Amino acid sequence: MWQSILDLGYGFGLALEPHNLFWCFVGVLAGNLIGVLPGTGALTAISMLLPLTFAMHPVPAILMLAGIFYGSQYGGAIGAILLNLPSHPPHAVTCLDGYPMTRAGKGGTALGLTMIASFFAASFGIIVMIFASPLLVEMAFKFGPAELFSIMLLGLIAGSTMSRGSPLKGIAMTVMGLLLGCVGTDVQTGQQRFTFDLPELADGVELVSIAMGVFGIADFLKHVNRMKHVGNLQPVKFRDMRPSLAEMRQAFWPMVRGTLVGTIFGAMPGTGPTITTFIAYAVEQKISKTPHKFGTGMIAGVAAPEAASHSKTQVDFIPTMSLGIPGDAVMALLLGALLIHGIQPGPRLLSEHPDIFWGLIASFWVGNVLLMVLNVPMIGVWVKLLQVPYRFLFPAAVFFIAIGAYTVNNEIFAVYEVLVFGLLGWLFMALDFPIAPILLGYVLGPMVEENFRRAMLLSRGHFGIFVERPISATILGIIALLLAAQLFFSLRARLRPRQAAAGTLSFQE
Amino acid sequence: MIRQAFRRALLGAGLATAALLALPAAAQQAGQQAGQPAYPSRSITIVVPFAAGGPTDTVTRLVAEVMGRDLGQPVVVENVGGAGGTLGAARVAQARPDGYTLLLHHIGMGTTPALYRRLAYDPVGGFETIGLVTEVPMTVIARKDIAANSLAELVALVRRDQTKINYANAGIGAASHLCGLLLQKAIDAPMTTVPYRGTGPAMTDLIGGTVDVMCDQTTNTTQQIRAGSVKVFAVTTPQRLPALPEVPTAAEAGLPGFEVTVWHGLYAPKGTPAEITTRLSRALQAALRDEKLVARFADLGTAPVAQERATPEAHRAFWQADIAKWRPVIQAAGQYAD
Repeated sequence: MWQSILDLGYGFGLALEPHNLFWCFVGVLAGNLIGVLPGTGALTAISMLLPLTFAMHPVPAILMLAGIFYGSQYGGAIGAILLNLPSHPPHAVTCLDGYPMTRAGKGGTALGLTMIASFFAASFGIIVMIFASPLLVEMAFKFGPAELFSIMLLGLIAGSTMSRGSPLKGIAMTVMGLLLGCVGTDVQTGQQRFTFDLPELADGVELVSIAMGVFGIADFLKHVNRMKHVGNLQPVKFRDMRPSLAEMRQAFWPMVRGTLVGTIFGAMPGTGPTITTFIAYAVEQKISKTPHKFGTGMIAGVAAPEAASHSKTQVDFIPTMSLGIPGDAVMALLLGALLIHGIQPGPRLLSEHPDIFWGLIASFWVGNVLLMVLNVPMIGVWVKLLQVPYRFLFPAAVFFIAIGAYTVNNEIFAVYEVLVFGLLGWLFMALDFPIAPILLGYVLGPMVEENFRRAMLLSRGHFGIFVERPISATILGIIALLLAAQLFFSLRARLRPRQAAAGTLSFQE
Repeated sequence: MIRQAFRRALLGAGLATAALLALPAAAQQAGQQAGQPAYPSRSITIVVPFAAGGPTDTVTRLVAEVMGRDLGQPVVVENVGGAGGTLGAARVAQARPDGYTLLLHHIGMGTTPALYRRLAYDPVGGFETIGLVTEVPMTVIARKDIAANSLAELVALVRRDQTKINYANAGIGAASHLCGLLLQKAIDAPMTTVPYRGTGPAMTDLIGGTVDVMCDQTTNTTQQIRAGSVKVFAVTTPQRLPALPEVPTAAEAGLPGFEVTVWHGLYAPKGTPAEITTRLSRALQAALRDEKLVARFADLGTAPVAQERATPEAHRAFWQADIAKWRPVIQAAGQYAD
């Protein structure tokens, strides 16, 4: 414990050295701006700037690249809240309540709350990183295929019941997402599914294309020529942007819960950030007293997923830095950057390169402070963006979406995918289908399937593996409780409709 | 230095598209008007058919930087990932054979002809060879509490328990998949193969003890071996490695002929003039002699190939031998990636 604090002091000394501080600032600034651009995620940004770091010392290089990563997360929320554009798929769920808030003229408030929630969650994640790393690493190894399957199943069930309106339509869209997730090469047999002999589909449909298509483009198609501006045109006063005390109070517990969800998922390598934010949202909706209001601009629906995404981001660095095992593609890229600098990431990084390890951790916090300082005054500027007439804003955004989709693989095919999903998304919106479950199904489907088949391979075909392993069994138990509760409350509501109407029943499903 | 790197980054970011579209036409016109300019007269693009930050990308970026100095023109790395490397390879096979679009690919060039039945390009005839770049050794590793302390004991364990031993790999066509196929052939006993999506999750489950055995590149395994989080049995090269001097070779451990490395080579589209491939080969050899590059390669647990192997002829002979080596192994396993 004391040693950690001493080491951390050393890390802060490094991170606050002028040139390190400078590159950290460059990283978070670049990340923040790139995060705002639709479709251009941290992955593209880091691979673009990677060659720039060859001539640099490894410490500032890694501080900068990591800064781009978490900086882009702050930026990602801005597009999602103001324009319904999830620049980075994990923020898609933020669109659900953030964008309605903007339409109601409260975009500034939503952004302010997001910044606070993000900073709180990131700080918590960093503290967890410092003091609980060994514990979380132990935990990571306990999550084999059976546990991951159960967790993913929980996500799927919690998520598919979260949509507003007709449950049938929600489930239909989840299934649609599951089918989309099937596209590509089967990991175990190499079988091509639904690829229609197009080699571009061999790795599946591009996640960025789906997110940008069904959210951003579909919304544009719906509103083009009908809307002059996003939101109302009343002059924005600085006072309006600051969340009121009541709003802060409303956001507090969702923020704490979101942070915890993110921390738990961060400890499980192999669960992506998109699932994390969906689960955080679903949790809020499940325990809310007004679940039917989600999707109309609930503060909890913005604060919780954003907090989750930030604590997950920080905690994700634990397996990457302490084991040398990347949790996702961005982490793989950061490890690649270390390799290029002649530093072998792995269990011995901490003892061989304490400067990198502790400098990075300290710089996380420094970077997050910089992001706060940077972003709070910027909220006014971003909100002003909404006063740009729609006929200019719309083509500009489409232009950036096309570039963003292209840069994922340097392939034009992903741009066509955006168009197809935009048209599909527009059709679904016109028919009043919820679109978020498509994304959830798409992300979770392959994980559920792959981990299920892997677990069955390991157990030689015995289903018992899911209940014999304690963690997996516990999660399956939670799923059973969740389903039972759902059934119980819906039956009770049906049996006593009068009382519910009279307001004596606090639970409404 | 930084400015050059930054320019390169910008180019790679998408201006490369503009360059790809506009420059060949412009250069050709200029060439026709003013006679042939000396090669290279503008920047060269090396396509890496995998994502940025991966092992092949790392090797390419190191080589590209030094080659650019020898050629007097920037060498830009463009990542065209997807479909097991076949998308990027297809793009180069279909590119103009003028020496400005090259491919740096790994062992997949030797296995693709057998693994894929439907390709939009000719995986063997579509390319000219320029030279081999490096060979990354592999290691046979296992979870640390497995009941075997040498390769011979591991083989005995696999033979006794038949398919009870789980072998993890990083997906079809991955180096760990190929090594697993060859290992099972060499010991003539089957294991249960558990495929993962990438090395990361496979390694996590190996360290956690969920799966038993794996064989992967030293780039991924050396740190885990040194930290003692996995047990190591053999390296798959004819000689012991300087980075892991106490680990025996497969031949020493009782499996002669079980040799596999992840080799990398540089290619140009079919029909690229011989003087251009020779010039590129010379630049490649110069890069592989560079002291800084050798040091960086050593950090990655590998070394540049000998100078005489970084030639079009040696590369082609090695590549063809590799295709012949893998075809029967892959066909016997009956596995395809499409």
